[in-house]
Amino acid sequence: PLAGFGSLMQDVLWCFSQVKGTIDIGVTEADIISTVEFNHTGELLATGDKGGRVVIFQREQESKNQPHRRGEYNVYSTFQSHEPEFDYLKSLEIEEKINKIRWLPQQNAAYFLLSTNDKTVKLWKVSERDKRPEGYNLKDEDGRLRDPSMITMLRVPVLRPMDLMVEATPRRVFANAHTYHINSISVNSDYETYMSADDLRINLWNFEITNQSFNIVDIKPANMEELTEVITAAEFHPHHCNTFVYSSSKGTIRLCDMRTSALCDRHAKFFEEPEDPSNRSFFSEIISSISDVKFSHSGRYIMTRDYLTVKVWDLNMENRPIETYQVHDYLRSKLCSLYENDCIFDKFECVWNGSDSVIMTGSYNNFFRMFDRNTKRDVTLEASRENSKPRAILKPRKVCVGGKRRKDEISVDSLDFSKKILHTAWHPSENIIAVAATNNLYIFQDKVN
Amino acid sequence: MFVRGLKRKCFDGEEDIEGTLAGIKAIPSYNLQRQSLLDMSLVKLQLCHMLVEPNLCRSVLIANTVRQIQEEMTQDGTWQMINPQSTGQASLDRLVSTDILCRSSREQAEGKHVPAYSTFNKDFEGDQAQDSSETMSTASSVQAPRNLQSHVWEMENPQENKGNFQKSLDQIFETLENKSPNSVEDLFSEVDNSYYDLDTMLTGMMSNTKMGHCDGLETFSSTTTTASNSNCKSDLNELDHIVEILVES
Repeated sequence: PLAGFGSLMQDVLWCFSQVKGTIDIGVTEADIISTVEFNHTGELLATGDKGGRVVIFQREQESKNQPHRRGEYNVYSTFQSHEPEFDYLKSLEIEEKINKIRWLPQQNAAYFLLSTNDKTVKLWKVSERDKRPEGYNLKDEDGRLRDPSMITMLRVPVLRPMDLMVEATPRRVFANAHTYHINSISVNSDYETYMSADDLRINLWNFEITNQSFNIVDIKPANMEELTEVITAAEFHPHHCNTFVYSSSKGTIRLCDMRTSALCDRHAKFFEEPEDPSNRSFFSEIISSISDVKFSHSGRYIMTRDYLTVKVWDLNMENRPIETYQVHDYLRSKLCSLYENDCIFDKFECVWNGSDSVIMTGSYNNFFRMFDRNTKRDVTLEASRENSKPRAILKPRKVCVGGKRRKDEISVDSLDFSKKILHTAWHPSENIIAVAATNNLYIFQDKVN
Repeated sequence: MFVRGLKRKCFDGEEDIEGTLAGIKAIPSYNLQRQSLLDMSLVKLQLCHMLVEPNLCRSVLIANTVRQIQEEMTQDGTWQMINPQSTGQASLDRLVSTDILCRSSREQAEGKHVPAYSTFNKDFEGDQAQDSSETMSTASSVQAPRNLQSHVWEMENPQENKGNFQKSLDQIFETLENKSPNSVEDLFSEVDNSYYDLDTMLTGMMSNTKMGHCDGLETFSSTTTTASNSNCKSDLNELDHIVEILVES
């Protein structure tokens, strides 16, 4: 075995499981995956794309005959969540791209999720139908009304089995509450409310009420000329329904308590790391902008992603993160080029594993990175068709930063910056991960012995 | 790279020759790179996607970068601006700004330096319609005055001109709600709309029907309020109506 195998991540070896999506050379823009999310049990995996569609995969029951084949994810439901719109007042298009999907915890047989584009949040109900009623009196099997005078006897309709049908219906549409582009939605732990955040404001909604929302954060300056900072991400605390955090383009995180006042303009906690003067450049602020913020499952930590690093913060320590992980520090000397081609504005997301011991985030060249918080080891893996044989073990990748390039290494200048992994998801309790690579969804699992 | 704190040396005779030479080698490189970054940033701010609302976070970050450069250049004393005195030059300036707008995205991608930002503020100040009409009437006869540059900002009154630049930069952010309480707050929306029209008009990409409707100037007339936007559109409908009547008769 190659050196390093088996000693990483508590001996987890990641294997290819499945890939969804086409292999075409040219990628249809609408097929680009823009969000990935497991539901609370991990039974369902949802993706949203730039074309406004949502595809939900369901995990198959594990087969006793093939124990080495862990449950595979197959398409469960596909629906068009958002359509392109045109704002006639501003003469601007509103993209149908799904920015985020968040699941509600399951409370009955149906599944509920929130999906949002730049302006509108929708609550979708996904339910199964495997029986249908037959034997109506007033209409025939095709649904045509019968002439009542022709009915001579009454019968009781019965439910008969039918082929399983999965229906998705929009149950609520939460519109017209955001002037700016929605970047985050987060379901509250009370399961009655959720928040939606745009560049300058955060609104609190009740699931039952669509025609009004409460504005809980507003950082829009009275004079737009003074605008220097925007909201980049927001999330509710997993257990405390009064607490949430939001991150900014200046690399700060604010924790707010909704009990203190209706408008949470004053934060309860303010997290910011002092700047390193030796690294200061014209790009310092841009690369400090936080693209994602996530609470740990325990609720004790928050993780933030900026352009070059992932940081873990203890809620009890505001003046600096407790851990900092370098995702691709070799890009630091390339920032000018990355600014020119706009890559410096790419918004990478980050995720925790179920036990909060490992964190994962994406990079370029279809690479993604995992960091073990306990062993301090990290690994770089690649989502590519070449490594797509069933149960093939993923080989760690390495980027060569200078000097001699070893055989399996790739040099910084050979990285493909059009292949970026912005969205990943980790199963809530198992070592199963979903990685979105442009228009393909890769599912990897740990090796089962 | 762009490390701040790289001090500029004084060009005075007291320096020894080698030191001066070393200084000469180091300084233009940094200043040139910084100027290039400034140019690039201003282009990025202007060329926002015309059809979709621009990404506010990106715009804010770029604008902050521009401000940082501006501050440093001010401290260095290298901040200069053209003084818009002669009207002849002023109209040329307008044409230059038009050139910026008319550049195809391919040309932009080829990384051509945008020549002059002195007229940057002119794009936003005053009556857009007036600017645009003058621009349109002279556009066809213009050679992009690429000689009008190298160092486009000429020293006149640093304080006042800094103010002009700041004002123009702020005007990028100024939502037109300040001029009308009715318009929806948004960044770039109105500006981009007129750019779109100007650009597509001049490059002839607009469909004939829209050309006919707009008649060149109607879309450029002050679109600073939503009220006037709807007026504009109702004007277009009226124009339609009138044309229909004329055609039928």
